Amino acid sequence: MKKLMLGNAAVARGAYEAGVSVVASYPGTPSTEITENIVKYDEIYAEWSPNEKVAAEVAIGASIAGARSMSCMKHVGLNVMADPVFTVSYTGVNGGLVFCVADDPGMHSSQNEQDSRHYAEASKIMMLEPSDSSECKEFTKLAYKLSEEYDTPVFLRLSTRVSHSQSLVEECERENVELKPYEKNIGKYVMMPGNAIKRHVDVENRIAALKEYAEISDINEIEDNNSKIGVITSGISYMYSKEALGDKVNYLKLGMVYPLPVKKIQEFAKNCDKVYVVEELDPVFEKHCKSIGVDVIGKDVFTLLGEYTPTMIKNAVLGETANECALIDETIPVRPPVMCAGCPHRGTFYVLKKLGLVVSGDIGCYTLGAVAPLQSVDTTICMGASVSAAHGMSKARGKEFNKKLVSVIGDSTFMHSGITGLVDIVYNKGNNTVIILDNSITGMTGHQDNPTTGYTIRGEETVQVNLVSLCKSIGVKNVVVADPFDVKNFEKVVKEEVEKDEPSVIIAQRPCALLKSVKYTGKCKINDNCKKCKMCLKLGCPAISFDGENIKIDKTQCNGCGLCFNVCPFGAMEKEE
Amino acid sequence: MNIMIVGVGGQGTLLASRILGNTVISEGYDVKVSEVHGMSQRGGSVVTYVKFGEKVYSPIIDKGEADIILAFEMLEAYRAMPYLKKGGKMIVNSQKIDPMPVITGAMNYPENILEKMEQKIDVISVDALKLAIEAGNMKAVNVVLIGLMAKNTNISYEKWIETIKTSVPEKFLDANLKAFDLGYNLK
Repeated sequence: MKKLMLGNAAVARGAYEAGVSVVASYPGTPSTEITENIVKYDEIYAEWSPNEKVAAEVAIGASIAGARSMSCMKHVGLNVMADPVFTVSYTGVNGGLVFCVADDPGMHSSQNEQDSRHYAEASKIMMLEPSDSSECKEFTKLAYKLSEEYDTPVFLRLSTRVSHSQSLVEECERENVELKPYEKNIGKYVMMPGNAIKRHVDVENRIAALKEYAEISDINEIEDNNSKIGVITSGISYMYSKEALGDKVNYLKLGMVYPLPVKKIQEFAKNCDKVYVVEELDPVFEKHCKSIGVDVIGKDVFTLLGEYTPTMIKNAVLGETANECALIDETIPVRPPVMCAGCPHRGTFYVLKKLGLVVSGDIGCYTLGAVAPLQSVDTTICMGASVSAAHGMSKARGKEFNKKLVSVIGDSTFMHSGITGLVDIVYNKGNNTVIILDNSITGMTGHQDNPTTGYTIRGEETVQVNLVSLCKSIGVKNVVVADPFDVKNFEKVVKEEVEKDEPSVIIAQRPCALLKSVKYTGKCKINDNCKKCKMCLKLGCPAISFDGENIKIDKTQCNGCGLCFNVCPFGAMEKEE
Repeated sequence: MNIMIVGVGGQGTLLASRILGNTVISEGYDVKVSEVHGMSQRGGSVVTYVKFGEKVYSPIIDKGEADIILAFEMLEAYRAMPYLKKGGKMIVNSQKIDPMPVITGAMNYPENILEKMEQKIDVISVDALKLAIEAGNMKAVNVVLIGLMAKNTNISYEKWIETIKTSVPEKFLDANLKAFDLGYNLK
């Protein structure tokens, strides 16, 4: 029987059926659930690595050692792992090797909307792109076959709507894949100039062979509806196009988005008066078509920004306008994401805002420290940049500025790429204050363990990285652990550390309120002592609001964390009986 | 059929969409369910789409396309109103959760949302929180609403119960079944 399955779960199922035995990843929306679903299969070794580069290298090592292996990441994770990727393109593989990369058009949970297809061409690695869960599974299996046949790593490109949509999948048995023999092969696996020069020839030959495959393979499928309009598309854009245009047009659905076919596209276009290219983000197909003399309409009528919709496509191709609908006649408040009630980061940002510090921020739930009313975070660039960028700020603006500056970085993000920034500060005589927001979990992506939690991806106990010892061993003399909910003490600690002419690390320790082990009891309520001073509203707690007359607490939101007790100057907060 | 589930992150919209998705597949339809994960889940507006029929291509629902909107919160219902098809039905939980611009005092929570919607569309409103508490679990708001919606589809009562039994942890099952009935038998 067919099962309703998330695209990401279907990729995991595909890996299982293809006989994959090693998977290493770092969590990142919208890719996280691939690896989380891999854990369901006991036959596969799985791990959360500290970052994507390490994860990719683990998978590469497993492949060289003869296993079918996989590494999964979000689009910006691919930037982190790009270094090994460009060279493993040269070495090729032993056991099949697949990198799953999930793009996020529309930036549901990302800091940019880069188009990963550029990486395929740049690194000369073939790329497949499924359009629903069933294809997620089938393309994953095909990726392993092609990887071994053409001696190449393979990219599987996903996007939010494919990764996070459920559709029907038929499950099959796991293929029994033996480890390939491990043989020392210096010419293939030691990429120094003399060897790499020869391997580069192999890479170009491989791409030439894959271009031939792109011409003949039915993964690039033509659907002839006897129309004079043609649509060239892939992935979720194919689904949107089908919904919008039905059988009113002919389709060339590209399942392999690098390398692209030439003759197939030319043949397809020959029978059409007009050919549209429907692709979210960058004009990758469009440029290719134009370079091979095929006149297509692409970004002249479609946007470079965000996600597409069937209505948008219907409008551009058929000139049909949007459906009739009931409109809202007023401006209504938006509902941006907020830190949860009970979030430990709230205490930290309350203090940082109060002290008026410049906050060099990072990637995680605590990026939400930039939204009203806290509006504490000044910058967010990428994983780890909070630490190193603050060092740059200090070097640019000097000692006095540095006393008004802190970095904030989560425990998982610090493991990912914060450590090297801290080493830089110590080594190059910086004196920054770095606050590690240690909430005992990787929060934003939905609670994954990491080296600081003491548990593996399968929940087994393991060695826990001790943040205090780690920072001290790097050479940071001032390492203080403080509870961000004890706002008075936390404020005192921050004031002291930023004044010092040496690097400092403050470990703001309190677990994520959503962890099962965290048990706050009761709900807060407001007593008669309330003077309506609105200090509590400065916390930006979703449970506390002012209705024009009174401060009120929404019991469906409050989890009884009690942070508001610590900021109310009048003792007006108490627990319900 | 296109069903849109809207609410505030943390309200249990994801479970509702999964119960719905799994029920319709047992009826032999092609199904697509589109979810939202990651940052937008953190107390922000959350939208899931459930589409089923002979063959479903796009997993998302555009403006003017939803047959039913299942709204867990009043303001989110209002925000989603343009997505309702002409003749479609809005099922709304009368609960209100202030969004941050209201909490900070930058904006007011719109007044008389229900009346404003009723002038334009077909609305069924219910105090699902009250019924969930009556069923014995404050968090079963989602299942009360599923119950109410179930009555507006042509899928049998038994099918729904079957899926709830497989989707909800054992210790919460009784309260959830009660919550479903309270929604299903409303009015």
